[in-house]
Amino acid sequence: MSDSPTLRRSTFDPMALYKALFLTVVAVFVATPLLATVLGGFKSLGELRTNPFGLPQVWEWSNYTDILLSARYWTLLKNSLIISTMTVALSLIVASMAAFVFAHIRFYGSDMLLNYITMGLLFPAATAILPLFIRVRDLGLLDSYYGVVLPQVAFSLAMSVLLLRRFFRDLPQELLEAALVDGCSYINYFRYVTLPLSRPILATVGTIAFVQSWNAYLIPLVMLNSDALYPWPLGIMVYQGEYSSEWNLILAFITLTILPTILLFLLAQKHIVAGLTAGAVKG
Amino acid sequence: MTALAARRPLQSGKLTAILLFLPPALLLFSIFVVLPILEAAWYSGFNWNGFGTPKNWIGLDNYRFVFETRAFGLAFRNNMLIIAVSLLVQLPLALTLAILLAERFRGAVVLRMLFFMPYILAEIATGLIFSFVYDGEYGLLAAIWRIFGAEAPHLLASPQTSMLAILIVIVWKYFGFHMMLFIAALQGLDRNLIEAARIDGASRSQTIRYVIIPLLYPTIRLSAFFAVVGSLQLFDLVMPLTRGGPADSSQTMVSFLYTFGVTRMRVGFGSAVGVILFVICVTFAFTYKRWFMRDE
Repeated sequence: MSDSPTLRRSTFDPMALYKALFLTVVAVFVATPLLATVLGGFKSLGELRTNPFGLPQVWEWSNYTDILLSARYWTLLKNSLIISTMTVALSLIVASMAAFVFAHIRFYGSDMLLNYITMGLLFPAATAILPLFIRVRDLGLLDSYYGVVLPQVAFSLAMSVLLLRRFFRDLPQELLEAALVDGCSYINYFRYVTLPLSRPILATVGTIAFVQSWNAYLIPLVMLNSDALYPWPLGIMVYQGEYSSEWNLILAFITLTILPTILLFLLAQKHIVAGLTAGAVKG
Repeated sequence: MTALAARRPLQSGKLTAILLFLPPALLLFSIFVVLPILEAAWYSGFNWNGFGTPKNWIGLDNYRFVFETRAFGLAFRNNMLIIAVSLLVQLPLALTLAILLAERFRGAVVLRMLFFMPYILAEIATGLIFSFVYDGEYGLLAAIWRIFGAEAPHLLASPQTSMLAILIVIVWKYFGFHMMLFIAALQGLDRNLIEAARIDGASRSQTIRYVIIPLLYPTIRLSAFFAVVGSLQLFDLVMPLTRGGPADSSQTMVSFLYTFGVTRMRVGFGSAVGVILFVICVTFAFTYKRWFMRDE
């Protein structure tokens, strides 16, 4: 697809110039809002108005440190972390157990049950949000972490089960045969062979569940009433409501709340890209 | 393999494994996914505020009310607009960038990561960032306008431009995801086919047009599928930007459901919207699978 670099360098290629120009335009389009957000958090309100693009003339570190020293910020992150961790853990446990059965044990109705769970791919949680709210309320789980976690796990179950099942099936079948002949039970096989061999797919499924849950808005919005339990997407909307036109503070708050996501992304980018696109391709 | 397993129907622990491993998933899924959607169909026949038991049966009236609400028409139109822009602007953009960035050159990987980054940001954060970008006084757009000495337009405050503003954010946020799908597919392509085309004298653009893009059709179909499904459930992004306003001009079906159903606790009415959305999603998924993804 590509000419060899030496060849290209020897003759001037106008296509290469257009290409570079086009990529630059897109890069500026993508990066400018992000950079302006981070830098805007360092400016005073007056400077933000006159100089929204450039580096701050006076770095207002206090915008950031005030937020970092407030209990509010840490409460939001704590809530988000608890909800996301619970969602990931429960998703992995419940989905991998089901996927294991669907991958290795055929019984009357197993195809039907798998199709039943696959239906979950077809529609978003929003379609059933009101009955879901009433159900969670009647179970007494409103305004609790579980009221957010259980519906989130349930709605991501279809995708998780399909991804895990495909991976489990691709593991060498001879292993299972041999283990069963040696008298190993399915449950022990799952515990001591399948799970340790499946770290990559567990990481993928866990990543998808984590990112979705960390960023989720609709389900927490409907299920939680008290600020004390709000995850950060809800908290930041409240913050924006309170400081409606102090954009420098809002930008600092946004920066600090998306910081964990961006750090995680930079640290585990291969995993995250693979995970999020695999979820799409293999689903 | 399965035949082997089936020959030993009383395999040790098979039943135990089924009885221990399946119920948690099935229960969770039934209680929090399947029952609620069935209940939505049931509740949509009532005029009910969510307290006590639904008693006031009004048949299909809720659906009539939904279709008679002006905002629902706007929401539906907006969802169609989002789908159109996703397919006609975002998808070609993603494909072009993928073809450019699938090649190895300095900075390609950095650009890929940069373009993918908006996708992992929360919709809420993205929406807030862009409500700053669009802000008439402090925003980036206003600053650019001021350079030319013009009064900045309040894009989000006018019914004529609110949807345009949201569409730009949608492209900004999601093209990188589709680009990554295409890059993954491009890297899996058989290089020999491309080499062969080049040797046979196909130009660069001919190779792209007649070899690479046809080879990518399965991925294009998949990407289009995700674009449509994602467009139908757009909600989080709209809330920080406009909350569906002004004058419902940027309502989507889900934000309509939230504004008119959830916040007012009109359970019957909101459930009817949910059922309509459900029917649209399911019909689309099945039709699309049948027509476009038969071989996958």
